[in-house]
Amino acid sequence: MSVVTLTVNGQDVAVPAGASLLEATRAAEANVPTLCHLEGLTPVSSCRLCLVEVEGSGKLLPACSTAAAEGMVVHTHTPRLREYRRMTVELFFAEGNHVCAVCVANTHCELQDMAVTVGMDHSRFPYQYPQRPVDATHPQFTLDHNRCILCTRCVRVCDEIEGAHVWDIGSRGGQCHIVAGLDEPWGQVQACTSCGKCVDVCPTGALFRNSDTTAEKQPNTTLPALLRTAREQHRWHNQ
Amino acid sequence: MTPSPPAAKLRLATVWLAGCSGCHMSFLDLDEFLFDLAEKVDVVFSPVGTDVKIYPENVDIALVEGAVANVDNLELALQVRQRTGLVISFGDCAVTANVPGLRNLLDAGHDSAKAVLERGYLELADATGQLPFAPGIVPELLPRVLPLHEVIPVDLYLPGCPPSAERIREAITPLLSGERPVQEGSAMLRFG
Repeated sequence: MSVVTLTVNGQDVAVPAGASLLEATRAAEANVPTLCHLEGLTPVSSCRLCLVEVEGSGKLLPACSTAAAEGMVVHTHTPRLREYRRMTVELFFAEGNHVCAVCVANTHCELQDMAVTVGMDHSRFPYQYPQRPVDATHPQFTLDHNRCILCTRCVRVCDEIEGAHVWDIGSRGGQCHIVAGLDEPWGQVQACTSCGKCVDVCPTGALFRNSDTTAEKQPNTTLPALLRTAREQHRWHNQ
Repeated sequence: MTPSPPAAKLRLATVWLAGCSGCHMSFLDLDEFLFDLAEKVDVVFSPVGTDVKIYPENVDIALVEGAVANVDNLELALQVRQRTGLVISFGDCAVTANVPGLRNLLDAGHDSAKAVLERGYLELADATGQLPFAPGIVPELLPRVLPLHEVIPVDLYLPGCPPSAERIREAITPLLSGERPVQEGSAMLRFG
């Protein structure tokens, strides 16, 4: 196995060729925050929280979807990056309708946790209060677009792990939203197997079980990595 | 020899705008720490500590609970800023507008006051429904519910719904000796 060596925050690390910058930063225990990334799913770099500085590159690079290369010099927590990360999380809160106190995911929400991680004590951006619907047509689950941050974990887990491909992103720009099937009510999409994987990996309270009320959602975000390892390497976590 | 006069106590206010008073209940949950606090501060204005109706001058620290939702909230917030050294956004309603701000979802946020009143007093009423109208008595709603820092500059943010008594104590204690609390980590910052 060939290896690439690079520098993360002044520390030399070696990772297998083909590894991502995110894996390299983890080898250096740099704690780069991530929100859309989930082990076992293809990275899409939609949340922008894992942006890092690579010397010689004119732009910031998303660590999750950038390959680690020989000799790279990477900085993960410069003042500029810290400021951008905090702004990014503030924008997530400002552009949706996130009311932690009355959310199913309260205390189990990755966005709520991320606000703490980046030191967000308030939003400097005015809240937009967008008009977004709630799709409660599925017999077991609900999709509340107000709480969706478009991480696309649901899209990817349904496509890559469950193989049903119920979810997609519809529209453009600020109108982007998750669509079920051919932009139908979720409950009418025959491809849905009601497996619940999308609900399990959703980082916020956008997807939840109908039986969950405030602060009752219990996500299970380790499932995709477990299933992918089992399928590709015929290895279960207890083996 | 006469004893030197005791050092002037800090003048503390707690203010209740558009919130459920849960933050004030959490403040009362400070229990015996309230005795320590009373030795170091004069509570000069508070819905749970005084019967003063007019916000006084020269307040050192104000804990402001609640969003700014009506003209009375707005007037008091402006007075608080003018007459207070350090203004603290106290709890999620002050910091984010939180639950009171949910009415901003009505009428695309343009005039949610009209929309919420019509919903509450006409659409959901029986045959005798009418809009409340009592100028000078019932404060008029603002078109949009705002977090405190969109109305006045805020010096410190204490999120939480409500912030726990522990979080309030950790924030207040350094202020009593003229220092700023370290607003970091889950113990001090978490919303909800």
